[in-house]
Amino acid sequence: MVLEVKNLTKSFHGQQVLKGIDLSVDAGDATVILGPSGAGKTTLLRCMNFLETADGGEITFDGRTRPIQEMTKKEIRAYRMNTAFVFQGFNLFLNKNALANVTEGLTVVRKTDKATAKRIGMEALARVGLADHADKYPHQLSGGQQQRVAIARALATDPEIIFFDEPTSALDPELTGEVLSVMRSLAADGMTMLIVTHEIEFARTVSNRIVFMEDGRVVEAGETKRIFTHPEKERTTAFLKLQETLSKEEEQP
Amino acid sequence: MNNVWELFLDSFPKILLPGLTMTIPLTVISFSIAMVIAVIAAMIVYVKVPVLTPLIRGYIWIFRGTPLLVQLFVVFYGLPRVGVLIAPFPAAVIVFSLNEGAYCAETVRAALEAVPTGQFEAGYCVGMSFLQTMRRIVLPQAMRTAFPPLSNSLISMVKDTSLAANITVTEMFMVTQRIVARTYEPLLLYVEVGLIYLIFSTALTFIQRAGEKRLSAYTARG
Ligand SMILES: Nc1ncnc2c1ncn2[C@@H]1O[C@H](COP(=O)(O)OP(=O)(O)O)[C@@H](O)[C@H]1O
Ligand SMILES: [Mg+2]
Repeated sequence: MVLEVKNLTKSFHGQQVLKGIDLSVDAGDATVILGPSGAGKTTLLRCMNFLETADGGEITFDGRTRPIQEMTKKEIRAYRMNTAFVFQGFNLFLNKNALANVTEGLTVVRKTDKATAKRIGMEALARVGLADHADKYPHQLSGGQQQRVAIARALATDPEIIFFDEPTSALDPELTGEVLSVMRSLAADGMTMLIVTHEIEFARTVSNRIVFMEDGRVVEAGETKRIFTHPEKERTTAFLKLQETLSKEEEQP
Repeated sequence: MNNVWELFLDSFPKILLPGLTMTIPLTVISFSIAMVIAVIAAMIVYVKVPVLTPLIRGYIWIFRGTPLLVQLFVVFYGLPRVGVLIAPFPAAVIVFSLNEGAYCAETVRAALEAVPTGQFEAGYCVGMSFLQTMRRIVLPQAMRTAFPPLSNSLISMVKDTSLAANITVTEMFMVTQRIVARTYEPLLLYVEVGLIYLIFSTALTFIQRAGEKRLSAYTARG
Protein backbone atom coordinates (compact mmCIF):
# COMPACT_ATOMS: atom_id res chain seq x y z
CA MET A 1 0.00 0.00 0.00
CA VAL A 2 1.37 3.37 -1.05
CA LEU A 3 -1.25 5.70 0.33
CA GLU A 4 -4.34 5.45 2.46
CA VAL A 5 -6.78 7.96 3.87
CA LYS A 6 -9.34 7.13 6.52
CA ASN A 7 -12.48 9.00 7.48
CA LEU A 8 -11.43 12.12 5.58
CA THR A 9 -13.88 14.99 6.03
CA LYS A 10 -14.08 18.47 4.57
CA SER A 11 -16.64 21.27 4.68
CA PHE A 12 -16.91 24.54 2.81
CA HIS A 13 -18.92 27.22 4.59
CA GLY A 14 -20.67 24.72 6.83
CA GLN A 15 -21.56 22.48 3.89
CA GLN A 16 -19.97 19.06 4.22
CA VAL A 17 -18.43 18.12 0.89
CA LEU A 18 -16.49 15.04 2.01
CA LYS A 19 -18.36 12.94 4.54
CA GLY A 20 -15.75 10.48 5.74
CA ILE A 21 -13.81 9.07 2.82
CA ASP A 22 -11.83 5.83 3.12
CA LEU A 23 -9.54 5.11 0.25
CA SER A 24 -6.32 3.21 -0.26
CA VAL A 25 -4.02 2.88 -3.23
CA ASP A 26 -1.62 -0.02 -3.70
CA ALA A 27 1.70 0.25 -5.45
CA GLY A 28 1.29 -0.07 -9.22
CA ASP A 29 -2.44 0.54 -9.04
CA ALA A 30 -4.17 2.74 -11.54
CA THR A 31 -7.23 3.72 -9.54
CA VAL A 32 -9.97 5.73 -11.22
CA ILE A 33 -12.41 7.81 -9.19
CA LEU A 34 -15.74 8.09 -10.95
CA GLY A 35 -18.75 10.09 -9.91
CA PRO A 36 -21.10 12.85 -10.92
CA SER A 37 -20.06 16.49 -10.92
CA GLY A 38 -20.13 17.93 -7.42
CA ALA A 39 -19.46 14.55 -5.79
CA GLY A 40 -16.31 15.91 -4.12
CA LYS A 41 -13.72 14.20 -6.32
CA THR A 42 -11.58 17.31 -6.86
CA THR A 43 -11.82 18.25 -3.20
CA LEU A 44 -10.71 14.75 -2.23
CA LEU A 45 -7.61 14.88 -4.45
CA ARG A 46 -6.79 18.40 -3.27
CA CYS A 47 -7.10 17.31 0.37
CA MET A 48 -4.89 14.34 -0.35
CA ASN A 49 -2.16 16.68 -1.56
CA PHE A 50 -2.87 19.36 1.07
CA LEU A 51 -3.94 21.98 -1.44
CA GLU A 52 -7.00 22.06 0.80
CA THR A 53 -6.80 21.38 4.50
CA ALA A 54 -9.15 18.56 5.44
CA ASP A 55 -11.20 18.98 8.61
CA GLY A 56 -10.37 15.53 9.86
CA GLY A 57 -9.10 12.10 8.97
CA GLU A 58 -5.91 10.10 8.89
CA ILE A 59 -3.35 9.64 6.20
CA THR A 60 -0.90 6.77 5.85
CA PHE A 61 2.11 7.26 3.61
CA ASP A 62 5.53 5.62 3.68
CA GLY A 63 4.30 3.37 6.47
CA ARG A 64 3.48 6.27 8.79
CA THR A 65 -0.06 7.02 9.88
CA ARG A 66 -0.79 10.60 10.91
CA PRO A 67 -3.92 12.59 11.68
CA ILE A 68 -4.20 14.89 8.64
CA GLN A 69 -4.62 17.96 10.79
CA GLU A 70 -1.41 17.34 12.69
CA MET A 71 0.79 17.26 9.60
CA THR A 72 3.39 20.00 9.92
CA LYS A 73 4.52 22.20 7.04
CA LYS A 74 7.74 20.23 6.91
CA GLU A 75 5.93 16.91 6.75
CA ILE A 76 3.64 18.22 4.04
CA ARG A 77 6.61 19.33 1.96
CA ALA A 78 8.32 15.98 2.39
CA TYR A 79 5.08 14.28 1.38
CA ARG A 80 4.71 16.49 -1.67
CA MET A 81 8.25 15.69 -2.74
CA ASN A 82 7.12 12.08 -3.10
CA THR A 83 3.83 12.79 -4.84
CA ALA A 84 2.82 14.68 -7.96
CA PHE A 85 -0.32 16.36 -9.22
CA VAL A 86 -1.67 16.83 -12.73
CA PHE A 87 -4.30 19.55 -12.91
CA GLN A 88 -7.34 19.90 -15.12
CA GLY A 89 -6.01 23.29 -16.25
CA PHE A 90 -2.37 22.08 -16.68
CA ASN A 91 -0.92 24.90 -14.53
CA LEU A 92 2.39 24.89 -16.30
CA PHE A 93 4.78 27.58 -15.09
CA LEU A 94 4.00 30.25 -17.68
CA ASN A 95 7.40 31.92 -17.43
CA LYS A 96 9.34 28.70 -18.04
CA ASN A 97 9.82 26.65 -21.17
CA ALA A 98 8.82 22.99 -21.29
CA LEU A 99 12.18 21.67 -20.10
CA ALA A 100 12.42 24.22 -17.27
CA ASN A 101 8.89 23.31 -16.20
CA VAL A 102 10.02 19.73 -15.85
CA THR A 103 13.35 20.43 -14.14
CA GLU A 104 12.19 23.14 -11.71
CA GLY A 105 11.25 20.61 -9.03
CA LEU A 106 14.65 18.98 -9.41
CA THR A 107 17.00 21.95 -9.41
CA VAL A 108 15.13 24.15 -6.94
CA VAL A 109 13.68 21.64 -4.50
CA ARG A 110 15.95 18.62 -4.69
CA LYS A 111 19.12 20.59 -5.54
CA THR A 112 19.86 18.26 -8.44
CA ASP A 113 22.78 19.58 -10.49
CA LYS A 114 21.88 21.23 -13.79
CA ALA A 115 23.29 18.55 -16.11
CA THR A 116 21.57 15.69 -14.30
CA ALA A 117 18.31 17.64 -14.11
CA LYS A 118 18.49 18.31 -17.83
CA ARG A 119 19.07 14.65 -18.60
CA ILE A 120 16.15 13.56 -16.40
CA GLY A 121 13.98 16.33 -17.83
CA MET A 122 14.70 15.35 -21.42
CA GLU A 123 13.97 11.71 -20.60
CA ALA A 124 10.64 12.71 -19.07
CA LEU A 125 9.77 14.84 -22.11
CA ALA A 126 10.71 11.98 -24.40
CA ARG A 127 8.44 9.69 -22.43
CA VAL A 128 5.47 11.93 -23.24
CA GLY A 129 6.63 12.36 -26.84
CA LEU A 130 7.72 16.00 -26.54
CA ALA A 131 11.51 15.90 -26.64
CA ASP A 132 11.38 18.15 -29.72
CA HIS A 133 9.43 20.82 -27.84
CA ALA A 134 11.79 21.26 -24.89
CA ASP A 135 12.42 24.95 -25.48
CA LYS A 136 8.82 25.97 -26.18
CA TYR A 137 6.88 28.09 -23.71
CA PRO A 138 3.41 26.96 -22.60
CA HIS A 139 1.62 29.46 -24.86
CA GLN A 140 3.42 27.94 -27.85
CA LEU A 141 2.02 24.48 -27.12
CA SER A 142 -1.44 23.01 -27.73
CA GLY A 143 -3.56 22.03 -24.73
CA GLY A 144 -2.74 18.38 -25.23
CA GLN A 145 0.97 19.14 -25.41
CA GLN A 146 0.77 21.32 -22.29
CA GLN A 147 -0.90 18.52 -20.37
CA ARG A 148 1.79 16.10 -21.54
CA VAL A 149 4.47 18.52 -20.31
CA ALA A 150 2.59 18.61 -17.01
CA ILE A 151 2.73 14.82 -16.90
CA ALA A 152 6.47 14.93 -17.68
CA ARG A 153 6.87 17.42 -14.82
CA ALA A 154 5.07 14.96 -12.54
CA LEU A 155 7.28 12.07 -13.70
CA ALA A 156 10.58 13.93 -13.38
CA THR A 157 10.63 13.85 -9.60
CA ASP A 158 10.03 10.09 -9.56
CA PRO A 159 6.97 10.24 -7.29
CA GLU A 160 5.43 7.27 -5.52
CA ILE A 161 2.00 8.33 -6.71
CA ILE A 162 0.59 10.78 -9.25
CA PHE A 163 -2.81 12.41 -8.76
CA PHE A 164 -4.74 13.35 -11.90
CA ASP A 165 -7.76 15.65 -11.64
CA GLU A 166 -9.74 15.34 -14.87
CA PRO A 167 -6.61 15.68 -17.00
CA THR A 168 -8.53 15.75 -20.29
CA SER A 169 -11.61 17.77 -19.35
CA ALA A 170 -10.16 21.09 -20.47
CA LEU A 171 -9.12 19.68 -23.85
CA ASP A 172 -10.81 19.66 -27.22
CA PRO A 173 -12.04 16.12 -27.97
CA GLU A 174 -9.41 15.58 -30.65
CA LEU A 175 -6.63 16.25 -28.11
CA THR A 176 -7.76 13.93 -25.32
CA GLY A 177 -6.40 10.86 -27.07
CA GLU A 178 -2.75 11.90 -26.89
CA VAL A 179 -2.98 12.54 -23.15
CA LEU A 180 -4.88 9.34 -22.41
CA SER A 181 -2.39 7.29 -24.39
CA VAL A 182 0.49 8.73 -22.36
CA MET A 183 -1.40 7.81 -19.19
CA ARG A 184 -2.09 4.36 -20.57
CA SER A 185 1.62 3.83 -21.11
CA LEU A 186 2.37 4.96 -17.56
CA ALA A 187 -0.15 2.46 -16.22
CA ALA A 188 1.50 -0.24 -18.31
CA ASP A 189 4.85 0.74 -16.78
CA GLY A 190 3.39 0.21 -13.32
CA MET A 191 3.14 3.84 -12.23
CA THR A 192 0.89 4.30 -9.21
CA MET A 193 -1.90 6.67 -10.18
CA LEU A 194 -5.08 8.04 -8.67
CA ILE A 195 -7.18 9.47 -11.48
CA VAL A 196 -10.39 11.45 -11.52
CA THR A 197 -11.88 11.23 -14.99
CA HIS A 198 -15.11 11.00 -16.93
CA GLU A 199 -13.46 8.96 -19.70
CA ILE A 200 -15.37 5.79 -19.05
CA GLU A 201 -13.64 3.73 -21.74
CA PHE A 202 -10.27 4.73 -20.36
CA ALA A 203 -11.41 3.75 -16.87
CA ARG A 204 -12.67 0.39 -18.09
CA THR A 205 -9.61 -0.53 -20.11
CA VAL A 206 -6.74 1.05 -18.18
CA SER A 207 -7.55 1.12 -14.48
CA ASN A 208 -7.47 -1.90 -12.24
CA ARG A 209 -9.53 -0.30 -9.47
CA ILE A 210 -12.58 1.92 -9.49
CA VAL A 211 -13.85 4.11 -6.70
CA PHE A 212 -17.36 5.41 -7.29
CA MET A 213 -18.17 8.57 -5.35
CA GLU A 214 -21.37 10.48 -4.91
CA ASP A 215 -22.41 13.25 -2.57
CA GLY A 216 -19.19 13.26 -0.57
CA ARG A 217 -19.14 9.51 0.03
CA VAL A 218 -17.57 6.46 -1.53
CA VAL A 219 -20.56 4.52 -2.77
CA GLU A 220 -18.64 1.54 -4.00
CA ALA A 221 -15.04 0.56 -4.65
CA GLY A 222 -13.46 -2.49 -6.15
CA GLU A 223 -11.70 -4.19 -8.99
CA THR A 224 -12.49 -2.55 -12.33
CA LYS A 225 -13.79 -5.68 -14.02
CA ARG A 226 -16.10 -6.44 -11.13
CA ILE A 227 -17.48 -2.89 -10.95
CA PHE A 228 -18.24 -2.84 -14.66
CA THR A 229 -19.79 -6.31 -14.79
CA HIS A 230 -21.43 -6.71 -11.38
CA PRO A 231 -21.82 -3.38 -9.64
CA GLU A 232 -23.32 -3.92 -6.20
CA LYS A 233 -25.00 -0.57 -5.76
CA GLU A 234 -27.87 0.68 -7.84
CA ARG A 235 -26.33 4.16 -8.03
CA THR A 236 -23.19 2.71 -9.59
CA THR A 237 -25.18 0.82 -12.20
CA ALA A 238 -27.16 3.92 -13.10
CA PHE A 239 -24.09 6.10 -13.33
CA LEU A 240 -22.17 3.65 -15.52
CA LYS A 241 -25.12 3.21 -17.81
CA LEU A 242 -25.50 6.95 -18.24
CA GLN A 243 -21.78 7.43 -18.87
CA GLU A 244 -21.69 4.65 -21.43
CA THR A 245 -24.62 6.13 -23.29
CA LEU A 246 -22.97 9.55 -23.24
CA SER A 247 -19.67 8.24 -24.56
CA LYS A 248 -21.41 6.27 -27.31
CA GLU A 249 -23.23 9.41 -28.38
CA GLU A 250 -19.91 11.16 -28.59
CA GLU A 251 -18.50 8.48 -30.86
CA GLN A 252 -21.44 8.49 -33.25
CA PRO A 253 -22.77 12.02 -33.57
CA MET B 1 17.99 86.00 -33.97
CA ASN B 2 21.64 85.18 -34.01
CA ASN B 3 21.84 86.07 -30.35
CA VAL B 4 19.03 83.70 -29.51
CA TRP B 5 20.71 80.82 -31.28
CA GLU B 6 23.95 81.57 -29.52
CA LEU B 7 22.20 81.64 -26.15
CA PHE B 8 20.58 78.32 -26.95
CA LEU B 9 23.89 76.69 -27.82
CA ASP B 10 25.61 78.31 -24.91
CA SER B 11 23.01 77.32 -22.33
CA PHE B 12 22.36 73.80 -23.64
CA PRO B 13 25.38 72.14 -22.01
CA LYS B 14 24.86 74.22 -18.87
CA ILE B 15 21.34 72.81 -18.47
CA LEU B 16 22.22 69.32 -19.66
CA LEU B 17 25.06 68.96 -17.17
CA PRO B 18 22.87 69.03 -14.03
CA GLY B 19 20.55 66.75 -15.97
CA LEU B 20 23.33 64.18 -16.08
CA THR B 21 24.70 64.83 -12.61
CA MET B 22 21.44 65.47 -10.72
CA THR B 23 18.23 64.59 -12.56
CA ILE B 24 19.40 61.18 -13.72
CA PRO B 25 21.04 60.09 -10.45
CA LEU B 26 18.04 61.38 -8.49
CA THR B 27 15.73 59.39 -10.73
CA VAL B 28 17.81 56.23 -10.81
CA ILE B 29 18.48 56.14 -7.07
CA SER B 30 14.92 57.03 -6.08
CA PHE B 31 13.32 54.66 -8.53
CA SER B 32 15.55 51.78 -7.43
CA ILE B 33 14.64 52.33 -3.80
CA ALA B 34 11.00 52.75 -4.83
CA MET B 35 11.05 49.36 -6.56
CA VAL B 36 12.40 47.65 -3.45
CA ILE B 37 9.71 49.36 -1.36
CA ALA B 38 7.05 48.51 -3.93
CA VAL B 39 7.87 44.80 -4.17
CA ILE B 40 8.11 44.34 -0.40
CA ALA B 41 4.96 46.39 0.27
CA ALA B 42 3.04 44.61 -2.49
CA MET B 43 3.99 41.18 -1.16
CA ILE B 44 2.99 42.12 2.38
CA VAL B 45 -0.44 43.30 1.23
CA TYR B 46 -0.79 40.33 -1.16
CA VAL B 47 -0.09 37.83 1.62
CA LYS B 48 -2.12 39.96 4.08
CA VAL B 49 0.58 39.87 6.77
CA PRO B 50 -1.17 40.91 9.98
CA VAL B 51 -0.21 44.29 11.52
CA LEU B 52 2.06 45.18 8.59
CA THR B 53 -0.74 45.18 6.00
CA PRO B 54 -2.72 48.06 7.56
CA LEU B 55 0.54 49.97 8.08
CA ILE B 56 1.42 49.58 4.41
CA ARG B 57 -2.09 50.55 3.38
CA GLY B 58 -1.82 53.68 5.52
CA TYR B 59 1.51 54.56 3.95
CA ILE B 60 0.12 54.11 0.42
CA TRP B 61 -2.98 56.11 1.31
CA ILE B 62 -0.96 59.07 2.60
CA PHE B 63 1.62 59.21 -0.17
CA ARG B 64 -0.88 58.79 -2.96
CA GLY B 65 -3.36 61.21 -1.44
CA THR B 66 -1.13 64.23 -0.93
CA PRO B 67 0.76 66.36 -3.47
CA LEU B 68 4.37 65.49 -4.12
CA LEU B 69 5.30 69.14 -3.68
CA VAL B 70 3.73 69.20 -0.21
CA GLN B 71 5.66 66.06 0.71
CA LEU B 72 8.90 67.69 -0.41
CA PHE B 73 8.17 70.79 1.66
CA VAL B 74 7.23 68.81 4.76
CA VAL B 75 10.47 66.84 4.68
CA PHE B 76 12.82 69.65 3.69
CA TYR B 77 11.31 72.74 5.34
CA GLY B 78 9.06 71.10 7.93
CA LEU B 79 11.18 68.46 9.61
CA PRO B 80 13.98 70.86 10.70
CA ARG B 81 11.33 72.32 13.03
CA VAL B 82 11.58 69.09 15.04
CA GLY B 83 15.34 68.90 14.67
CA VAL B 84 15.53 66.67 11.62
CA LEU B 85 17.75 68.39 9.10
CA ILE B 86 18.22 66.66 5.80
CA ALA B 87 20.34 67.99 2.93
CA PRO B 88 18.42 68.80 -0.29
CA PHE B 89 19.49 65.82 -2.39
CA PRO B 90 18.87 63.12 0.25
CA ALA B 91 15.59 64.82 1.15
CA ALA B 92 14.54 64.61 -2.49
CA VAL B 93 15.60 60.95 -2.68
CA ILE B 94 13.57 60.12 0.44
CA VAL B 95 10.43 61.81 -0.83
CA PHE B 96 10.63 60.55 -4.40
CA SER B 97 11.35 56.98 -3.22
CA LEU B 98 8.47 56.91 -0.78
CA ASN B 99 6.06 58.60 -3.18
CA GLU B 100 6.97 56.41 -6.14
CA GLY B 101 7.11 53.33 -3.90
CA ALA B 102 3.50 53.91 -2.88
CA TYR B 103 2.28 54.13 -6.46
CA CYS B 104 4.36 51.20 -7.69
CA ALA B 105 3.32 49.03 -4.71
CA GLU B 106 -0.25 49.22 -5.99
CA THR B 107 0.90 48.35 -9.50
CA VAL B 108 2.89 45.35 -8.33
CA ARG B 109 0.12 44.16 -6.00
CA ALA B 110 -2.42 44.25 -8.83
CA ALA B 111 0.02 42.34 -11.04
CA LEU B 112 0.57 39.73 -8.32
CA GLU B 113 -3.16 39.28 -7.97
CA ALA B 114 -3.44 38.76 -11.73
CA VAL B 115 -1.19 35.68 -11.57
CA PRO B 116 -3.44 32.60 -11.52
CA THR B 117 -3.45 30.76 -8.16
CA GLY B 118 -2.77 27.57 -10.09
CA GLN B 119 0.82 28.78 -10.48
CA PHE B 120 1.27 28.60 -6.70
CA GLU B 121 -0.45 25.24 -6.49
CA ALA B 122 1.77 23.80 -9.21
CA GLY B 123 4.81 25.10 -7.33
CA TYR B 124 3.67 23.51 -4.08
CA CYS B 125 2.98 20.23 -5.85
CA VAL B 126 6.57 19.93 -7.10
CA GLY B 127 7.67 20.59 -3.51
CA MET B 128 8.50 24.27 -3.66
CA SER B 129 7.90 26.50 -0.65
CA PHE B 130 5.82 29.66 -0.76
CA LEU B 131 8.91 31.84 -1.06
CA GLN B 132 10.52 29.68 -3.74
CA THR B 133 7.32 29.75 -5.80
CA MET B 134 6.97 33.48 -5.25
CA ARG B 135 10.53 34.26 -6.28
CA ARG B 136 10.87 31.89 -9.23
CA ILE B 137 7.36 31.67 -10.66
CA VAL B 138 4.87 34.24 -9.44
CA LEU B 139 6.94 37.41 -9.00
CA PRO B 140 8.61 37.14 -12.45
CA GLN B 141 5.18 36.81 -14.05
CA ALA B 142 3.83 39.72 -12.03
CA MET B 143 6.80 41.89 -12.95
CA ARG B 144 6.20 41.09 -16.61
CA THR B 145 2.62 42.32 -16.24
CA ALA B 146 3.74 45.34 -14.21
CA PHE B 147 6.55 46.31 -16.56
CA PRO B 148 4.61 48.72 -18.84
CA PRO B 149 2.89 50.63 -16.01
CA LEU B 150 6.12 50.73 -14.00
CA SER B 151 7.93 52.13 -17.03
CA ASN B 152 5.31 54.81 -17.30
CA SER B 153 5.82 55.66 -13.63
CA LEU B 154 9.54 55.95 -14.24
CA ILE B 155 8.99 58.34 -17.13
CA SER B 156 6.66 60.48 -15.02
CA MET B 157 9.24 60.51 -12.31
CA VAL B 158 11.96 61.96 -14.54
CA LYS B 159 9.68 64.90 -15.19
CA ASP B 160 8.62 65.19 -11.54
CA THR B 161 12.22 65.59 -10.42
CA SER B 162 11.90 69.20 -11.63
CA LEU B 163 9.92 69.79 -8.43
CA ALA B 164 13.13 69.22 -6.47
CA ALA B 165 14.15 72.73 -7.57
CA ASN B 166 11.74 73.92 -4.89
CA ILE B 167 13.88 72.41 -2.16
CA THR B 168 17.11 73.87 -3.59
CA VAL B 169 18.34 70.80 -5.43
CA THR B 170 20.35 72.24 -8.32
CA GLU B 171 18.84 70.03 -10.97
CA MET B 172 18.05 71.08 -14.56
CA PHE B 173 15.05 73.24 -13.84
CA MET B 174 16.75 75.19 -11.07
CA VAL B 175 19.74 75.85 -13.32
CA THR B 176 17.40 77.00 -16.10
CA GLN B 177 15.64 79.39 -13.76
CA ARG B 178 18.98 80.89 -12.84
CA ILE B 179 19.94 81.42 -16.49
CA VAL B 180 16.53 83.01 -17.14
CA ALA B 181 17.08 85.40 -14.27
CA ARG B 182 20.40 86.44 -15.83
CA THR B 183 19.45 86.58 -19.53
CA TYR B 184 15.72 87.31 -19.37
CA GLU B 185 14.88 84.82 -22.14
CA PRO B 186 12.18 82.72 -20.42
CA LEU B 187 10.50 81.45 -23.58
CA LEU B 188 13.65 80.14 -25.16
CA LEU B 189 15.12 78.64 -22.01
CA TYR B 190 12.00 76.99 -20.66
CA VAL B 191 11.32 75.45 -24.07
CA GLU B 192 14.92 74.34 -24.11
CA VAL B 193 14.75 72.60 -20.74
CA GLY B 194 11.46 71.05 -21.83
CA LEU B 195 13.25 69.71 -24.86
CA ILE B 196 15.89 68.08 -22.71
CA TYR B 197 13.21 66.41 -20.56
CA LEU B 198 11.65 65.25 -23.81
CA ILE B 199 14.93 63.70 -24.90
CA PHE B 200 15.22 61.89 -21.55
CA SER B 201 11.70 60.51 -21.62
CA THR B 202 11.96 59.51 -25.27
CA ALA B 203 15.14 57.59 -24.51
CA LEU B 204 13.33 55.82 -21.68
CA THR B 205 10.45 54.96 -23.99
CA PHE B 206 12.90 53.24 -26.32
CA ILE B 207 14.45 51.36 -23.42
CA GLN B 208 10.95 50.36 -22.32
CA ARG B 209 10.15 48.95 -25.76
CA ALA B 210 13.39 46.98 -25.87
CA GLY B 211 12.71 45.66 -22.37
CA GLU B 212 9.20 44.59 -23.28
CA LYS B 213 10.51 42.77 -26.29
CA ARG B 214 12.98 40.84 -24.18
CA LEU B 215 10.34 39.98 -21.61
CA SER B 216 7.82 38.88 -24.20
CA ALA B 217 9.50 35.51 -24.71
CA TYR B 218 6.99 33.71 -22.53
CA THR B 219 3.84 35.64 -23.29
CA ALA B 220 1.54 35.40 -26.24
CA ARG B 221 1.42 39.20 -26.27
CA GLY B 222 3.94 41.50 -27.95
N1 LIG C 1 -13.20 26.24 -2.67
C1 LIG C 1 -14.50 25.92 -2.50
N2 LIG C 1 -15.32 26.72 -1.80
C2 LIG C 1 -16.62 26.41 -1.62
N3 LIG C 1 -17.19 25.30 -2.10
C3 LIG C 1 -16.44 24.45 -2.81
C4 LIG C 1 -15.05 24.72 -3.06
N4 LIG C 1 -14.54 23.70 -3.78
C5 LIG C 1 -15.57 22.85 -3.99
N5 LIG C 1 -16.71 23.29 -3.42
C6 LIG C 1 -18.00 22.60 -3.42
O1 LIG C 1 -17.78 21.26 -3.00
C7 LIG C 1 -18.57 20.37 -3.75
C8 LIG C 1 -17.70 19.31 -4.39
O2 LIG C 1 -16.90 19.93 -5.39
P1 LIG C 1 -15.78 19.18 -6.19
O3 LIG C 1 -14.85 18.53 -5.23
O4 LIG C 1 -15.20 20.15 -7.13
O5 LIG C 1 -16.61 18.07 -6.94
P2 LIG C 1 -16.25 17.24 -8.24
O6 LIG C 1 -14.79 17.41 -8.51
O7 LIG C 1 -16.61 15.86 -7.89
O8 LIG C 1 -17.10 17.77 -9.34
C9 LIG C 1 -19.35 21.20 -4.75
O9 LIG C 1 -20.64 21.40 -4.24
C10 LIG C 1 -18.59 22.50 -4.80
O10 LIG C 1 -19.45 23.57 -5.08
MG1 LIG D 1 -13.76 18.16 -10.20
